[in-house]
Amino acid sequence: MKFTLNWLKEHLETDAPASRIAETLTLIGLEIESVVDRAKDLASFTVARVIEAKQHPDADRLRVCRVETAAGEVQVVCGAPNARTGMLGVFAPSGAFIPGTGITLKKSMIRGVESNGMLLSEREMKLSDEHAGIVELPADAKVGAPAAAAMGIDDVVFDVSITPNRGDCLGVRGIARDLAAAGLGRLNPLDASPVKGVFKSPIKVHLDFTSATADACPYFVGRYFRGVKNVESPRWLKDRLLAIGLRPISALVDITNLMTFGYNRPLHVFDADKMNGDVHVRLARPREKFLALNGREYELDSDMTVIADNAHAEALAGVMGGERSGCTATTVNVMLESALFDPLRTAITGRKLALASDARYRFERGIDPAFLVDGAEIATRLILDICGGQASELVIAGAPPPPKAPIALRHGRVATLGGVDVTEGEIVRILSALGFSLADSAAGWTVTVPSWRNDIVCEACLVEEVVRIYGYGKVPAVPLPRDAVLPAPALNVAQRRRTLVRRVLAARGLVEAVTYSFMPSAQAALFGPQPESLRLVNPISADLDVMRPSILPNLIAASGRNADRGMPDGALFEVGPQYAGDRPEDQSIVAAGVRAGRAVPRAWEGPGRDADAYDAKGDAVTVLAALGLSVENLQVTMDAPAWFHPGRSGVLRLDPRKPLAYFGDVHPRVLAGMKVKGPLVAFEILLDNLPPPRAKKGAAKPPLQLSAFQPVSRDFAFVLDAKVPADAVVRAARGVDRKLIAEVRIFDVFAGGSLGEGRKSIAINVTLQPTERTLTEAEIDAVAAKVVSAVSKATGGELRQ
Amino acid sequence: MENLDNLREEIIGSVRKAAGLDALEEIRVAELGRKGRITGLMKGLGGLDPEARRAAGAALNRLKDEVAAALDAEKSRLADRALDAGLERDRIDVSLPIRPESEGRIHPISQTIDEVMAIFGEMGFSVAEGPDIEDDWHNFTALNIPPEHPARQEMDTFYLPGEKDGHRMVLRTHTSPVQIRTMLGRKPPLRIIVPGRTYRCDYDATHSPMFHQVEGLVIDEATHFGHLKGCLIEFCRAYFGVDDLPVRFRASYFPFTEPSAEVDIGCKREGGGLSIGHGEDWLEILGSGMVNPKVIENCGLDPARYQGFAFGMGLERISMLKYGIPDLRTYYESDLRWLRHYGFAALDVPSLVAGPIP
Repeated sequence: MKFTLNWLKEHLETDAPASRIAETLTLIGLEIESVVDRAKDLASFTVARVIEAKQHPDADRLRVCRVETAAGEVQVVCGAPNARTGMLGVFAPSGAFIPGTGITLKKSMIRGVESNGMLLSEREMKLSDEHAGIVELPADAKVGAPAAAAMGIDDVVFDVSITPNRGDCLGVRGIARDLAAAGLGRLNPLDASPVKGVFKSPIKVHLDFTSATADACPYFVGRYFRGVKNVESPRWLKDRLLAIGLRPISALVDITNLMTFGYNRPLHVFDADKMNGDVHVRLARPREKFLALNGREYELDSDMTVIADNAHAEALAGVMGGERSGCTATTVNVMLESALFDPLRTAITGRKLALASDARYRFERGIDPAFLVDGAEIATRLILDICGGQASELVIAGAPPPPKAPIALRHGRVATLGGVDVTEGEIVRILSALGFSLADSAAGWTVTVPSWRNDIVCEACLVEEVVRIYGYGKVPAVPLPRDAVLPAPALNVAQRRRTLVRRVLAARGLVEAVTYSFMPSAQAALFGPQPESLRLVNPISADLDVMRPSILPNLIAASGRNADRGMPDGALFEVGPQYAGDRPEDQSIVAAGVRAGRAVPRAWEGPGRDADAYDAKGDAVTVLAALGLSVENLQVTMDAPAWFHPGRSGVLRLDPRKPLAYFGDVHPRVLAGMKVKGPLVAFEILLDNLPPPRAKKGAAKPPLQLSAFQPVSRDFAFVLDAKVPADAVVRAARGVDRKLIAEVRIFDVFAGGSLGEGRKSIAINVTLQPTERTLTEAEIDAVAAKVVSAVSKATGGELRQ
Repeated sequence: MENLDNLREEIIGSVRKAAGLDALEEIRVAELGRKGRITGLMKGLGGLDPEARRAAGAALNRLKDEVAAALDAEKSRLADRALDAGLERDRIDVSLPIRPESEGRIHPISQTIDEVMAIFGEMGFSVAEGPDIEDDWHNFTALNIPPEHPARQEMDTFYLPGEKDGHRMVLRTHTSPVQIRTMLGRKPPLRIIVPGRTYRCDYDATHSPMFHQVEGLVIDEATHFGHLKGCLIEFCRAYFGVDDLPVRFRASYFPFTEPSAEVDIGCKREGGGLSIGHGEDWLEILGSGMVNPKVIENCGLDPARYQGFAFGMGLERISMLKYGIPDLRTYYESDLRWLRHYGFAALDVPSLVAGPIP
């Protein structure tokens, strides 16, 4: 919402400087976007008169001008085709900075002729792109006067961002009222006294609604004008509109714009001679056509309200007038509309038709339902003043909606909610200045809300009004009281685990990424069928059209991008949500990671190696161990989801029904589908499937029991079928004597060669830890024999001799 | 005795000249061995009278000790020399780089969330959560944003095709629906923060379709606007690490708070840079207000009894300001160079007690 200082001063008697006005507006909730003071920006330019313009002796396109300026006569060489004797222009002296070109002027010789200063075009003044000629000022401009003033652009322009609740401040008067309440001046009285109509309007107004739809337009005020001249607007009116970026069109249209921005009272003027009979306000007919003022035709539906004559929809209520009955330079008789339209219907209409307008913006926020007649009277006076003619009596249909019930405000409520003690006198002063009326009641006041403040609905709203005008800055800051000296932990188990997982993975050398929760559906399809419920209705792009079923595709894609940037080796992880459906319980938290390229890069010591499934397994197992799970009991199976390599991936479980993690090579078909080069391994840890930590009585750890006796270790190598998992060997060996056998470690795996096809050798080191006495050779041999027979029995392997 | 002195000189001299351990051994055998010279002289003492034998014996024993000591000393000198020579051969090039290690990083958003949790945790807040896919009752209606409300239109909401109890499914546009879920699920007093992902259908230099917010909610029977100010001033100063950071509260509008305030912090713009602290400029960093009585009522609580404040803050924005990260969009590109540069070390765990790591 833009307005100028002079426009504001029409409503507010104030001598506050623009800077204070701007600061106050921001603090009371009308946030300043910008303040432009062109008079200041253009201060070095003044009005000058060309005494004589002669042809330059050496250049066809240049003229040598004798120029009368504030500082006396100077000679200026000018290239503008319109530079001529007697004209008034904008003069920039030597030393002035030219905003449009970024140059500081210097006295110069142009083709051998001295030039002091410059006559400026609009582009050089940085006012527009106009550069066909220099600015020509009206004949009454005074030589030496500031150019900005002579051009009518010396007004300070404020741009304020108005929040959706403050429709009343979409007019200058509303802003002035807030400023007056905030102590920046006095709100000038408004002259909306009735203009006496001299005839009865030949056009009547009918509100054609049922009781169910009467809210579409409950109240309509019209007035007929005859014999007007739709002239060009006077200078002051044009300047005002130009200053806020509106194009002056004709006096009638400009007056409606002035009412819109000055009083938040959108009006419409119909050329009465183009109307066919009376005005009917009604719902549009299904598929009814409407040609709007913007030249486009719209197809309407029965949710929309139109102002129609006997033949056509002539305006779309609260949104835009029609082309057919618009006012032109030849308009003589006019029908003025000052109406009240339903905010909701206006919003829906505008949204359905994708039609934005200053009127819609205001109606959908709600305009003052008690200002229809006043608005019509003010506009009438302007029309008669500028366009002449005669006004009819008002034509009134419907009635204003009943005023809202008053709100109770308790004396102490400003303090208990707003946190500041404001005196009762000050509370009354502030609310009164904003247009509220207060009556004393037993506990406080009964407050009547002004008709223009549809945002005020409860006591808290009144507290806000008082405190914002009194000043948020004056509310004392109070620390939050503490229930206990020391706070309880802020995180629950799941949250704590997530934080820990991040730190563990980063400590293992993985780099945390955060990727979008959505992704391309084509890639999601590589991760299983996608429910339709996860396809965005309005994706930001076709590349981000479904919610991700897994974090992996985003990480794989990121790895591909990094490889394309010349970083093929890298490990990324993300801890975040994935989605199986659109219900809250379908969202789960997963820690996923990928390792691409070399796990150990080539270095002086050796050739390094590629990342493989065991790196991914290491990530998964380390995380599970860090979270306190007994990883020695993990079961590994080869039934990972289809996006993993079927022969090089695994699933980790403690409870057979609940997978805890997947790891392995990413399926080559997935990589090909995503156009990413391998090798690439991945893991997914399903954090929501983790068992809760065991309930413990306190933080004490079990006592440490150290054996006084030497551990002994023995090596065994078994030859067995290549398909037997190594894990089976370890389990069998461990199971021999869980008390005595402290550790079983695989130290060699070898396949093929002399063993023959389909055979492999697994060598284990078994550590025995006696706790009561040193073992004898015979005891050790007995255990060793049991290990051999247990492994053979469990795996079919035999001891390698 | 003179003879012994000569002998000592001769033997010690030869010890000193010995070329190696073998030569030393030869000397030992030749002098102290069973058939050695000194052994021979000792044997020859038998022919002397007791007086002379004692004196000569003592002298010979001294000589024997001296020779043995000289041999030991020379032996250890030679061993040292041999070790030194070996060490010289073991020399490595210490200028070679360390073996390749990959240093992991924590994403700036995670670090920022951890920092925010550390500060609000100190103030007695606990962390609450809710789903990213919401229904529009939780995301809008319960928060006093009815359908067709301009605030709902301005939010650029992502929609999903489904419905729940007649409400459209949306990607939550803010973390505020967790206010509703918390008030519906728990009894006051409440003091929660909600860090999380949020979504709006907007993408340009300053907007990302996904971003992060942290929501705050305090509900009890006495918390007022002065507490809101106290809590948020405390937070801003602790987060930015500026003890006297100017914090300004401006009137504003949010459908779910009344009164509402936007919060600015002081800053200074100089030479294209921005510094947080005292200065002539203000930077908006969060929105806040007293929870609208309608919202409290929508959650089944009695607005005549309960009141409190809520706030919402963009986490990317505050991390960009604190850590000088210039572009929002880079947060989600997963560029390893960016992550390594702007990310944080694994062990850099935010703590108000420990303070920032050096």
